[in-house]
Amino acid sequence: MICLRSACRDYLMGTQTVHALDGVDLDVEAGEYVAITGPSGSGKSTLLHIIGLLDRLSQGSYELDGDDVTHLSDDELALVRCETIGFVFQFFHLVPRLSAAANVELPLILGGIAAGEREERVQAVLQSFGLADRADHRPDQLSGGQRQRVAIARAMVTKPAILLADEPTGNLDRSSGKEVIHILETLNSDGLTLLVVTHDPELSARANRRLHIVDGAITKDERGAG
Amino acid sequence: MRNRDLIGFAGGAILGHRLRSGLTALGIAVGITAVVLLTSIGEGIHRFVLAEFTQFGTNLIAVMPGKTETLGISAATISNVRPLSLNDSAALGRLPGVIAAVPVVQGNAPVESSGRSRRTMVLGVGSEMPAVWSMGVAAGRFLPADDPRAPRAYAVLGKTLYTELFGDRSALGQRVRVGGDRYRVIGVMAPKGQFLGFDLDDAVYIPTAKALALFNRESLMEIDLLYREDASVDALVKQVHQRLLDRHGFEDFTIVTQQQMLDILGSVLDVLTFAVGALGGVSLFVGGVGILTIMTIAVRERTGEIGLLRAIGARRGQVLQLFLLEALLLAVLGGLAGVGLALGITGLLKLLAPALPVYPSPGYALLALLLAMVVGLISGVLPARRAAALQPLEALRAE
Repeated sequence: MICLRSACRDYLMGTQTVHALDGVDLDVEAGEYVAITGPSGSGKSTLLHIIGLLDRLSQGSYELDGDDVTHLSDDELALVRCETIGFVFQFFHLVPRLSAAANVELPLILGGIAAGEREERVQAVLQSFGLADRADHRPDQLSGGQRQRVAIARAMVTKPAILLADEPTGNLDRSSGKEVIHILETLNSDGLTLLVVTHDPELSARANRRLHIVDGAITKDERGAG
Repeated sequence: MRNRDLIGFAGGAILGHRLRSGLTALGIAVGITAVVLLTSIGEGIHRFVLAEFTQFGTNLIAVMPGKTETLGISAATISNVRPLSLNDSAALGRLPGVIAAVPVVQGNAPVESSGRSRRTMVLGVGSEMPAVWSMGVAAGRFLPADDPRAPRAYAVLGKTLYTELFGDRSALGQRVRVGGDRYRVIGVMAPKGQFLGFDLDDAVYIPTAKALALFNRESLMEIDLLYREDASVDALVKQVHQRLLDRHGFEDFTIVTQQQMLDILGSVLDVLTFAVGALGGVSLFVGGVGILTIMTIAVRERTGEIGLLRAIGARRGQVLQLFLLEALLLAVLGGLAGVGLALGITGLLKLLAPALPVYPSPGYALLALLLAMVVGLISGVLPARRAAALQPLEALRAE
């Protein structure tokens, strides 16, 4: 499903070049549950952004679902993101002036789906995440856990094949965090490919596969229960 | 992305910041109000001045002695210019399409009656003057159609002169002296008012031949022709030109049509309207800068939102559209409010100061609205482009 070969991502910091990713080879099969860990600045977020097509490789190649996406144009990348990839962020990134339902509806609006179908799909996905009674609330009227659930609902409403979560519990209390992890794992057990970047060893231990990154390179790749 | 959703999203963003959007739209509204109001006043003045000039009728041709290319008044002594005579006037009056010809001489002389005297304007005119200059007789009648070369000594008084000389007594049949000669008053004109400083009411009207003798002149000052509504002006001017050429031998006269004068006047007044409109445009420009500012701030503030939209699949073009549309909507809202406000103010002005020439023209209002949209689009381009150019990752990190 995901196939990175000699993937490099360099940044220019002043006059110095920083190798955020330094020759990463990675294969992820459909339906895998992967936790990515590593110290701050190790490049784990960069890896996630590269996989999510929010960032481009400096060198190397990236195949997604058998298609080479290394050199796609900006608009083509946007289309792939829209159809194949869902994102969940540490800080939720909900649009503050929109209700929960409207936030979830956004990807469908961008995709040009008709209003009637949008309504149905939004209702369905809110229902399945236990947010049906929160549909008309704005983000500032929701708890942290509810916000992250809305964000997951937004990511899932387009039925993506891959869900990328960047510290999804980093901004939540323990019980909300557990709730969110439970939802993500349920989705994974239904066949969704799940990649989670986390600091939390307890969370990474739950994944079937754990990648450890240091200085832009994968130093550990463990499989099986942690 | 569907158009309705585009508008919905942009509209939602505007409603999300009510106060800020309101103030921004207000900037445009003030600009549009200024444009509409000022052009209304310009248009009002336009109409007022044209009405002033057309109060003598529009189907007029004036013939004056001398070719105006020579500049100034032709010196009568050594001139090879033949004066315009009463016979010229009569000849022009017989042209097909011409309803009436009035030979005009103007001067100043004391007018006396029963011990009262007033120095006033003396107009030597033909019997058809009321028709040609669209003036009315209030009492008695106007000068009769005598033999133009030997008219009887009748005079018709303007309203002001009549009041000054006779008070509220009847003037009909009374004798007056104009420059020493005796005349019998046979009529009093209805008031007409001032025109370019000439008080047409403070005047006495006497037959042209008498006035020529009074002022010791050979030439008429002007022949005014009234032509039929359906006559072609150009053809008529040619005929007048030919007839006078036949009579004089060469071109020593000038023909001015009322239409020419109105055209010149009209173009001057158009410039005026445009100039005041441009003044309003300055405030519209300021309003546009307001939109530019607010949209720039909005893009900066909503960097995270833009990043998110890009992350969940919005293309650059869509982000561009959204922010352009937002600027456009702001401008349209402001524009509509401005047009409404301007119409309200002009309505109020008409109620409070009916004398003020204000005339809101729907054409200018529509133009102002279009202008607002253009201003909105232009102001939106820069911020929208900046928004579209943001890398999704950078935009997401900004929050």
